[in-house]
Amino acid sequence: MNSAHNTNTSGSNSAGHDHDHDHDDDHGGASQSTFKGYMTGFVLAVILTAIPFWLVMGKVLPNSNITGLVILAIAAVQIVVHMVYFLHMNTRSEGGWSLLALAFTVVLLVIMLSGSIWVMYHLNTNMMPHTLHDMKNMP
Amino acid sequence: MTAITFPVINGALAGQDAVANPDNQRFYVAGEHHPQNGTLLGFWLYLMSDCLIFAVLFAVYAVVGRSYAAGPSGAELFNLPLVALNTAMLLLSSITYGFAILEMQRRRVKSVLAWLAVTGLLGCAFIGLELYEFAHLIGEGAVPQRSAFLSAFFTLVGTHGLHVAFGILWLVVLMVQVNRGGLVAENRRRLMCLSMFWHFLDVIWIGVFTFVYLMGSLP
Amino acid sequence: MTDTFDLTKFIFGRLTWDSLPYHDPIILATFVGVALGGLALMAALTYFKVWGTLWRDWLTSIDHKKIGIMYCVLGLVMLLRGFTDALMMRAQQAMAFNGSEGFLPPHHYDQLFTVHGVIMIFFVAMPLITGLMNFVVPLQIGARDVAFPFLNNFSFWMTASGAVLVMVSLFVGEFGQTGWLAYPPLSGIQFSPGVGVDYYIWALQLAGVGTLLSGINLLVTIVKMRAPGMGMMKMPIFTWTALCTNILIVASFPVLTAVLGLLSMDRYIGTAFFTNDLGGNVMMYVNLIWIWGHPEVYILVLPVFGVFSEVVATFSGKRIFGYTSMVYATLVITILSYVVWLHHFFTMGSGASVNAFFGITTMIISIPTGAKIFNWLFTMYRGRIRFEVPMLWSIGFMVTFTLGGMTGVLLAVPPADFVLHNSLFLVAHFHNVIIGAVVFGAMAGINYWFPKAFGYKLDAFWGKMSFWFWFIGFYLAFMPLYVLGLMGVTRRMSRFDDPSLQIWFIIAGFGAALIAVGIASTLIQFFVSFRKREELRDHTGDPWDGRTLEWSTASPPPSYNFAFTPVVHDNDAWSDMKKRGYQRPVSGFIPIHMPKNTWAGIAIAGIATAMGFALIWHMWAIAAVMFAAVIVVTIVHTFDYKRDYHIPADEVTRTEGIRTQELNRLAAT
Repeated sequence: MNSAHNTNTSGSNSAGHDHDHDHDDDHGGASQSTFKGYMTGFVLAVILTAIPFWLVMGKVLPNSNITGLVILAIAAVQIVVHMVYFLHMNTRSEGGWSLLALAFTVVLLVIMLSGSIWVMYHLNTNMMPHTLHDMKNMP
Repeated sequence: MTAITFPVINGALAGQDAVANPDNQRFYVAGEHHPQNGTLLGFWLYLMSDCLIFAVLFAVYAVVGRSYAAGPSGAELFNLPLVALNTAMLLLSSITYGFAILEMQRRRVKSVLAWLAVTGLLGCAFIGLELYEFAHLIGEGAVPQRSAFLSAFFTLVGTHGLHVAFGILWLVVLMVQVNRGGLVAENRRRLMCLSMFWHFLDVIWIGVFTFVYLMGSLP
Repeated sequence: MTDTFDLTKFIFGRLTWDSLPYHDPIILATFVGVALGGLALMAALTYFKVWGTLWRDWLTSIDHKKIGIMYCVLGLVMLLRGFTDALMMRAQQAMAFNGSEGFLPPHHYDQLFTVHGVIMIFFVAMPLITGLMNFVVPLQIGARDVAFPFLNNFSFWMTASGAVLVMVSLFVGEFGQTGWLAYPPLSGIQFSPGVGVDYYIWALQLAGVGTLLSGINLLVTIVKMRAPGMGMMKMPIFTWTALCTNILIVASFPVLTAVLGLLSMDRYIGTAFFTNDLGGNVMMYVNLIWIWGHPEVYILVLPVFGVFSEVVATFSGKRIFGYTSMVYATLVITILSYVVWLHHFFTMGSGASVNAFFGITTMIISIPTGAKIFNWLFTMYRGRIRFEVPMLWSIGFMVTFTLGGMTGVLLAVPPADFVLHNSLFLVAHFHNVIIGAVVFGAMAGINYWFPKAFGYKLDAFWGKMSFWFWFIGFYLAFMPLYVLGLMGVTRRMSRFDDPSLQIWFIIAGFGAALIAVGIASTLIQFFVSFRKREELRDHTGDPWDGRTLEWSTASPPPSYNFAFTPVVHDNDAWSDMKKRGYQRPVSGFIPIHMPKNTWAGIAIAGIATAMGFALIWHMWAIAAVMFAAVIVVTIVHTFDYKRDYHIPADEVTRTEGIRTQELNRLAAT
């Protein structure tokens, strides 16, 4: 089963060609992987992983909220690093449809996450049972 | 109104790949016409949908992630050095898969198989460490049924782990197929799909270790 | 004490003889009817010796045309079941006054409204639109099939799996009694310990896999397989709406999968996602399920907007008015559908700021739809209108859907919704838009493309009968519900105390009876058309003077669709070709590369169905074995690399030659 033979029953003409397009099908038009690309991505990822772990385990910053925001931001950067260096995300891949699909997904992700958090926060505040202490302080 | 250029596929117009006659009035391609292979785009779209499954799990974790129900919290339970080790395993496995792809580009079957094997082993190490962590938590009574926080934790991390396990199974099957059939176009496409899957799981893990473990350990 | 190992329980889980409906005469009678009908069907298939053909040409087919037809058949068959449920509910509500309890106990009635919703949305509307998109899109873009033909077959069978589980629930066990969205805590293990909600979950999870894969399939098809020259802004409007629909599918069904997964974890292993205690949050389910649920209704409606665009343009003899604005309107609807979901639960308590935001976005989303209505009207203006059956459905849609849309905008105002939420006004509204758009659109699409699929038109008389009975029946059935809702009547009730309401329910029941006649007319239409098929034969492939590429093929098209891939120069490519004196090639045919049929789709889906059944009944051993079998069979399938073949050139020549002869014969007469 070495190459994709087609069961060509016509036997009449040159249609017995191999659909094994060596050149273009490898990455659907995207750039080829390189050692340099992978190593750059890897080193960046290691650094961007080590910093958040250090910040939290070492209790480096005084404020939890600030730490939280910082490590979220660093995570976002590392995701971009993965996208670019490992997943070869660029504007040309699949004629631009890869990036468009990713952008759309990210937009929906933001809407779903922020929307749910916003809505649930309001619902929880208005509708979840208060403790006995709070009830005593209700108007 | 400005014209927005949508990505255009198949820009070949009539006559350019026809056998003769570049006449623009030609209404059909006189010879064979093969549309571009859609496997990689299709798999990418599947990954986007998988991303949304994880988005829901992250949203759930965001909402109930502090609902400890008087049970243990993340700060009490998480073993950050272990998580760091796990993260290292997964990140290393990403780079070893990358090396497998480089060897695939050079059409070196044996090298591809070797790097795939290393990737698989690193993946197994990841799963093993995660199972160890889960067993330890359950042993301490921090079971998924204890609180909404723990339900969300086990589900999010567990779903990611299941994806990795499935990826390892796929990797083994692909190793067999590459060994049998060589690096034919179909197998190269499959290797590219698994590559996207594997890196994607690492991307999700970035979200997991940041949002669940690190932020969950903050007071 | 030693625990004896109960082999029966190990194999059969909680399935016992009591799970069968001995004590319910209605269901027992239904079972007898279905069993007899099923046996008669098997006997007929055997008598006509068509099992082989059925397996080879249909069940294992990867041809998008066959799969599209099978989806539509599934949808129409399930319509009969879903509509029967509706008739029973109408009858019960018309009767249950003045101390009468009607004929349906509450636990039966509650299953009816649940299963009616589930069937109509997931197993009627979705298959019908998926079927139409599957059949039409590759033809409209000049392709031979979809991007992933095997996945297409598998997707169909997974949808059928879900339908099978729902139908089985009628006779083995029961269905959920929670409403079609199964809100917890009612759907949690504490309040619904039986199998009903589990049937619901697994039917939807299996069908959901099929739908998601189908979405990816059609997206890649439209992006990658358009004929040369067909840029995005030259695609037919139906293909545009199909594109946006499938974007919505890929981007929303994962949410349903995840949420139902969480619910099933609560039910199976006792997690605390949607419980009342241990930190669970019931409202989170409602929030998440509607993040899926709102895009879902746009998934239902966008394809039929596309159908109407094609039908109105064809039967007005004009290009669609405002093509660019139609495209943009569709895209805007696609994106906005993600920011309106909270209007389904204004009353759950999120407060004024949140409600105001979503109320405003909901009103905004009605605008692009309004633009579309105007475009259809302007297309008709100064056209040469032909009142064929598809056009009747389209005009019926324009009137009905506009009315339903207006009640939607009314409901979008949160204070109004506080009065009307979960009243019969809401029920009337969503039936108004779903029937007005999706049902009317499916009927228009089926009548429009039937000749392409089968080679003969549908009988016009019975088509018109069907339309008028549906149209009048709809208004009689649902206008009373608007009145009742404004008077404060709650939905999902099976008994009433106020006798002054009864007249409205009787009128609604009468409307439902008229719709039943409409459905019967459609069935008669199929039967009569088959009998008269030579008289109704479509010889040219273009019975309506169509505008898009599907009408350039024979009716029905050969398996390969186009002997040569078309090249496109303008919108309404077929109109363009006809105008510019296109000559159909009659020689020089070459072998055509085609995918082979497959057994793996039906096999894997069948095993998955068994797995679903086993999970529902807690037959853990069988479930585990079935799960492993799904994985194994899938892996085995991936070892099959030889999935294609070539149609020899002389066979293509022969097929095309038959068409050439036919066209010459017509030209000579």
